[in-house]
Amino acid sequence: MDVTLQLWIDAALTLMILSFLYRDNPFYKFAEHLFVGVSAAYLMAIGFWDHLVPNLLGKLFPSLMSGVVPGAVGRSPDYYYIIPAVFGLLLLTRLVDRWAWLSRWALAFIVGGSAGFNLPRFLDSDFIIQVQSTMVPLVVLDPAGNLLWGASFSHIVLVLGVICGLVYFFFSVEHKGILGHVSRAGIWVLMVTFGAAFGYTVMARISLLTGRMEALGAWLATMF
Amino acid sequence: MRRKIPLIITFIIGVVLVTGYFVTRGPFNTLYESFSDYFAIITVFAFILGGGSLLKIHLKRVSNRSTDWPYSVVTLAGFLVTLVIGLFKVGNPDGMGGEILAAGSWLRFLFDGVYNPLSATMFSLLAFFVASASYRAFRARTKEATILLSAAMVILLGRTPVGAWLTAWMPEILGFLELPNLANWIMAWPNTAGQRAIMIGIALGVIATSLRIILGIERNYLGRRE
Amino acid sequence: MRIPDSILHIDRRIIFLLIGAAVCIPLILQPRFQDSPTPIVQSIFDTVERLPSGSRVFLSFDYGPDTAPELDPMAKALVRHTMTRGHEVSFFTLFPEGLGQIKKITDNLLPVEFPEKAYGRDFVNLGYKAGLGGAINTMVVNFRTLINADAEGTPLDDLPMTADVDEMVDYAIILSLTAGDPGLKEWIQFAGDIAGIPVMGGGTAVVAPELYPYYPQQLVGLMGGLKGASEYESALVDRYPAYRNATMDATMRMGPQVVTHVLIVLLILLGNLAYFFGRSGRPGRNDRTDRADQADRRR
Repeated sequence: MDVTLQLWIDAALTLMILSFLYRDNPFYKFAEHLFVGVSAAYLMAIGFWDHLVPNLLGKLFPSLMSGVVPGAVGRSPDYYYIIPAVFGLLLLTRLVDRWAWLSRWALAFIVGGSAGFNLPRFLDSDFIIQVQSTMVPLVVLDPAGNLLWGASFSHIVLVLGVICGLVYFFFSVEHKGILGHVSRAGIWVLMVTFGAAFGYTVMARISLLTGRMEALGAWLATMF
Repeated sequence: MRRKIPLIITFIIGVVLVTGYFVTRGPFNTLYESFSDYFAIITVFAFILGGGSLLKIHLKRVSNRSTDWPYSVVTLAGFLVTLVIGLFKVGNPDGMGGEILAAGSWLRFLFDGVYNPLSATMFSLLAFFVASASYRAFRARTKEATILLSAAMVILLGRTPVGAWLTAWMPEILGFLELPNLANWIMAWPNTAGQRAIMIGIALGVIATSLRIILGIERNYLGRRE
Repeated sequence: MRIPDSILHIDRRIIFLLIGAAVCIPLILQPRFQDSPTPIVQSIFDTVERLPSGSRVFLSFDYGPDTAPELDPMAKALVRHTMTRGHEVSFFTLFPEGLGQIKKITDNLLPVEFPEKAYGRDFVNLGYKAGLGGAINTMVVNFRTLINADAEGTPLDDLPMTADVDEMVDYAIILSLTAGDPGLKEWIQFAGDIAGIPVMGGGTAVVAPELYPYYPQQLVGLMGGLKGASEYESALVDRYPAYRNATMDATMRMGPQVVTHVLIVLLILLGNLAYFFGRSGRPGRNDRTDRADQADRRR
């Protein structure tokens, strides 16, 4: 389709959303509601064609789908895929009040699946390996045996920072006495972390705005 | 049946996926492979469910003439037009067998011309609000807030050439205090320490919750008892 | 010292205008800033550089248009680098919107800058797959169960580049450009830590700080936000001077970054001065500012 038309639509929708900066208005509401509708349908269409068609329908009905899934030609149906098809359809019963309880079966599959995936992976990647990675030498020496002050200080910050942060999150014991001091240090470490996160968030938001302003610039360039 | 069967399904799926992680052969592994594949397929139906719910809610709003119902018409129109174009590959130069976002297709036009600006601009609004919030709410009221503010300022300046320019006068021995170096050091050490503490805490929470779900102790996802 | 009340009651739309100007003016003037890669970015560059030519690279576009201004420059820089090195790149996405981002590269960048590269031989689009971490798990356990054809439906066996790809470990490295979940975290948890494939990539500036604990044990390298992309571009230009005249999006967008960062720091300082030295000249009389905030929110 026409690139110029696309640029004009792009610019119009961008300005409609930006108009919210002045105040809420019908143009913003129009764009916001359009976004909701278009995005929901877009996700459905992509999910259908890129996943359901090749990975479910192409396996259940290979001869029927051979026109759109070239790899399905000559393949025999894999009837095991009736299982995810049934669970998927059960999930859709949520749309009908009378049968909505059946959707719990599919939901149970998703929740059980997520729990089953997450348990060993968080244990391994986010717990065991993280603890291992924190076990660093507190005194760092160069090959000649000289103390590396900077590296040693950084390692101490890392080890103490993780310990203090964890103590702050440990709510089973009242944070009093020495535990109170450690927990307070934990808050300071977390404040540095949140400060860094804030700085990065600003960076991210400005980048997005820059992208939009560039798009508006491209539109303006078509007029001059 | 309404509650017991879901609990049994959760238990079986959970146990198979946990066991399959450690046992890499035999029937457990076959089930592990299949359940993993089925899981991905079922999640696609969640998109369909989302679209269905959207349709249901906005049709209701239009039929009841609720407040701002004309905007629901916009949502419905956007949804139905995109859905028909997407599902039937309307305007796709390669027909039904072509790639869904093929160059020149109508869905590609909708993605580039409508979805792209709406999505990108919606998030870019946050740049304005984050600046306004910084001015109004980012106060060094307490010691903790001052630490947070200082770290943020070091990162903000240190991640741009201005930081290097501002501290270029520093003698070489104090080079580690130059803003870019300080910003990199904050990210690599204190930030890593704090994020790691949070990560370990979350991991323990996820492990405990997953175990409770698989064993049927945690049942909130089933909703209220009927 | 006293600061007039008008500073405390400043309309937020004035701040919006300042931010708009701080972004637009540098975009028009296009100042260029020299950058140099930090070790966390350099390690990605070195890994891609050291891979033998013709290595298989898996590049996952786990983002959509909402974060594209940050991640598109990384995608371009990585594609330029991998293609220049002669690697075979498989594009993939765990985000439905990521498909559109892949198409920007395969339809706009590759035919213009690398016309000699052929689809199916040098690069391939494996499309989108749902299932979040579950999809990665399926790929690691049995790659062909999840992906048996490219985005156009052509069987992998019919494409020279993927004909002998049977497992995830057939890829030398995994690169992910991450906007959230699923992304680099899931690639580390479900592929890197299990199958031992080196994982690296870029994240939006919002996501990047959360990924630092994985570096360097589980994550080879990380580009954080536009700055990370700019560093990668500078590494690319240093190594391949032919790119000196190419459009480097991240480097160009650093202008607005610089000005807005300075503006926001000034706003924070001004806000704090107004807070501590309000009309009374004493710290703590801040209720006017709070009331102004509330009034603004109501507006």
